[in-house]
Amino acid sequence: MKPYSAWNVFRNGLSGQKGWERAWRDPEPKTEYDVVIVGAGLHGLASAYYLAKNHGITNVAVLDKGWLGSGNAGRNTTIVRSNYMLPGNREFYEHSLKLWENLSHELNYNVMFSQRSHVSLLHSPAARDGAARRYNTMRLTGADGELWDLPTLKRKIPHLNYSADSRFPIIGATVQPRAGTARHDAVAWGYARGADQRGVDIIQNCEVTGVERTANQVTGLKTSRGIIRGKKIGFAVAGNTSRLWRMAELGKLPIESHKLQAFVSEPLKPLLDQVVVFGVGGAHFYISQSDKGGMVFGGDLDWYKSYAQRGNLPIVQDVAECATSILPCLGRVRLLRHWAGVMDMSMDGSAFLCKTPLSNLYLNAGWNYGGFKASPASGWYFADLIANDRPHPVILNHSLSRFERGINIDERGAGPDPKLHG
Amino acid sequence: MLRIPCPFCGTRDHSEFSYGGDASVEYPALEAPAEAWLEAVFQRDNIDGVQLETWQHLHGCRMWIVVERDTRTHEIHSVRPAHQGLASALAQSADPVSES
Repeated sequence: MKPYSAWNVFRNGLSGQKGWERAWRDPEPKTEYDVVIVGAGLHGLASAYYLAKNHGITNVAVLDKGWLGSGNAGRNTTIVRSNYMLPGNREFYEHSLKLWENLSHELNYNVMFSQRSHVSLLHSPAARDGAARRYNTMRLTGADGELWDLPTLKRKIPHLNYSADSRFPIIGATVQPRAGTARHDAVAWGYARGADQRGVDIIQNCEVTGVERTANQVTGLKTSRGIIRGKKIGFAVAGNTSRLWRMAELGKLPIESHKLQAFVSEPLKPLLDQVVVFGVGGAHFYISQSDKGGMVFGGDLDWYKSYAQRGNLPIVQDVAECATSILPCLGRVRLLRHWAGVMDMSMDGSAFLCKTPLSNLYLNAGWNYGGFKASPASGWYFADLIANDRPHPVILNHSLSRFERGINIDERGAGPDPKLHG
Repeated sequence: MLRIPCPFCGTRDHSEFSYGGDASVEYPALEAPAEAWLEAVFQRDNIDGVQLETWQHLHGCRMWIVVERDTRTHEIHSVRPAHQGLASALAQSADPVSES
């Protein structure tokens, strides 16, 4: 596989663009692999990539019922940040952010990672104190965090609604300067290409329809393209984890599937240089501007459980109200598209990267709202878990047993109600 | 918009309602072992298909109801009051409760 480079772009420009190869193969599935990962989303593809790169395990298949990246990989608002406070989470997401910082070079694929700052607006002294505590804790783990007072914020983002008459006047912001956005499709394609180059088979249009198992092992996966066996199996199908779990006859999970919508407006000239988050008094809204100019934004879950990848209108109204309340200049901007993805909402808002009751089955699930930014570290630690058959100390508590042990990782403090962990 | 036929008020938009959660969960007795509470509080079937769920008609009669709904299509199959005793008491309320 030829690397992408300025020289290759130039040379193909002279030869009619005929010298490019396809970015990954379309292999027929073999009957047996060392590792089979179900789900060719960002987490599954990253896991396969790091299995090959970090652990030398290349006899790997990644299965997907559709095309790679057809699920939540392309249904998010592409925000990358590491402003988590709780032990385990903050090391995990900071590791992820460090991987993001080098991802384009690492993959030889431009994922357009743009560290444009993540700005969380503050509306009360109490909120500022809470945020200061969170960001100071982050800094102790090596992440970056800043408090912007109102004059600084006004200088950096002049066109927010700073009216003293607004329902929730803005008094400042907490900021993570290294946070930003990336191009979500490119991340899926980059990991797919990198994994494929190292020998991983990415098998698309291959739906898992059943799980064959003995009392303590998975023996094979029934798929729409025949039975595929693996010495080790990984599930990375957030949104549909409970369905696969049932196929494996493993009972219940501390997960509910909810849907989350995202929106993009018609393209505008450069307007917003940062990711801005507005969350106060029931409002929940985040917005950034894509490189094409579209305003990309989202808000809360649709509140009711769903496996349907389509959103409902009350949230459209909700985010539109939030948008015009902090950025009144968007009032006449038209919506271009909106879509919904199915989230694994877990009981404490944190993920699962762990072993399971079956000795050769590993679980990567429960990403709530945070799956996109997590994907590099998720793949990294999941590969480590599968290769070494033990959790890395950082993900020690991201287990299914944390609830019975009373060590929930509840970043929001919202309690055991999945829909509240937005 | 989902349209939920509230047994007390008639069919209304779901934005009048607040979503509760899985209505198939039965809470154990207070003195039940921890495993039973773990099961009720944290573990879910997360059905892809027809499930029972609770909603509260927050901006209407404020009653809790149990809705049988398909999580793949959002089709609503049945709705009933969550508290049957209360529902039957209300049905008899044409006869006002006498004050003693």
